[in-house]
Amino acid sequence: MTPDAPQTWQPAATIEVLVARARLTARVRQFFVERNVLEVHTPVLGSATVTDPDIESIPVPGYGFLQSSPEYFLKRLLAAGMPSCYQLGPVFRHGEQGRQHNPEFVMLEWYRLGFDHWQLMEEVADLVDLLLGPAPCQRCTYAEVVGQDLLQIADMPRDQLDLAFAEGCAALQGRWFVTDYPADQAVLARSQGDTAARFELVVDGVEVANGYWELTDLEQHRQRFAADLQTRAQRGLDPVAVDDTFLAAIQAGLPDCAGVAVGLDRLLMLALGKAGLDGVLAFRR
Amino acid sequence: MASYSTNEFRSGLKVLLEGDPCSILENEFVKPGKGQAFNRVKFRNLKSGRVWERTFKSGESIEAADVMDLDMEYLYNDGEFWHFMRTDGSYEQVAAAEAAVGEAKDWLKEQDVCQVTLWNEDPIAVTPPNFVELEVVETDPGLKGDTASGGTKPATLSTGATIKGVPLFINIGDVLRIDTRSGEYVSRAK
Repeated sequence: MTPDAPQTWQPAATIEVLVARARLTARVRQFFVERNVLEVHTPVLGSATVTDPDIESIPVPGYGFLQSSPEYFLKRLLAAGMPSCYQLGPVFRHGEQGRQHNPEFVMLEWYRLGFDHWQLMEEVADLVDLLLGPAPCQRCTYAEVVGQDLLQIADMPRDQLDLAFAEGCAALQGRWFVTDYPADQAVLARSQGDTAARFELVVDGVEVANGYWELTDLEQHRQRFAADLQTRAQRGLDPVAVDDTFLAAIQAGLPDCAGVAVGLDRLLMLALGKAGLDGVLAFRR
Repeated sequence: MASYSTNEFRSGLKVLLEGDPCSILENEFVKPGKGQAFNRVKFRNLKSGRVWERTFKSGESIEAADVMDLDMEYLYNDGEFWHFMRTDGSYEQVAAAEAAVGEAKDWLKEQDVCQVTLWNEDPIAVTPPNFVELEVVETDPGLKGDTASGGTKPATLSTGATIKGVPLFINIGDVLRIDTRSGEYVSRAK
């Protein structure tokens, strides 16, 4: 190597940031130790993936897909009798690259047996208080973020709605739980009439967490996956095979529970007062 | 014509937007975790200099613009057009109209090398060197020996441009070094 070769081997984050990250993850693990929520490790490389039309998984030829979330594996553990548990590790999403996006990021996902989404929101608020310092969490509805009522929302094209929601969230200062998602954006949350038992946490305009009071009904799972595949076809996206092992676990019985996924890199970004992931990840794509 | 998809957007990329050549300034990826992806893009319209903001669905494409930034030597002004010559040895010349030259005309000195932006071979913008040296053709008489009082005065340069903030000791015939980005006096060149 020549002496003036570019110093590209060096990390993109300072040692101070990496130390702050280590402390943050240690506090997360301590938080769950105190609450008796157990750490588990499930495959990052799985043979199947999600049908969600807004998430593209990264395929690994001969093996399957890098997982976009540990959701299905964790629910299979719960269906098999595992108590409340969490996973802290990398997840992958094709094409997500930007100031606050990286195709590989660290997700903290946990499930609480017997909780509904309201109870889980309280626990999320406690964790965020621990990691970012105490501050009140406010609540607003999806309709309030978009600035339209649910009837008007039902008439809006989905892309226009997603953009209005993204812009509404970006304008939320402080900590906000967004609730009452339209029923057709339930993903895998329970439906409650016009709305879904789903929430997201937005901190200073940054989407940090997405949680559900989990759907347990097999038939509704099948309907939602079918709707996803139809949307994928309409948008000209690659078809995805439904994960039958996941559906078999749902058929065996997912206990009543609530679950949430938190973007840990974004939490660290907020803890450090940074506007993007640059300098937050040890190595950035 | 070539086109670029949102995932190829980079700052500096030259594209056609509503028929005008634009340069991408910023490209922000926007995506709710469970929602569609967008790119919110800021462009500089290379003809007007104005900044435009547009939002695209990720995966959309826009047409590439045949825009080149070339180093060219400024030759002369014929009263209507400003003439520039390529520095690659081809001696090829282009004539830029006032709309393309814009505020750069205050800083154009013959034989200086400028950056000329060509769209489909036509000049649409001229960027002068960051620093130019121009002669003072008019200013109040210099105060001899006053190099310390901190007072300033305006001066008119050989290009016709008038700048403020010139020290009192400067005389007609002095050559001044000017920062063209701010239009400010830097120093006396000799």
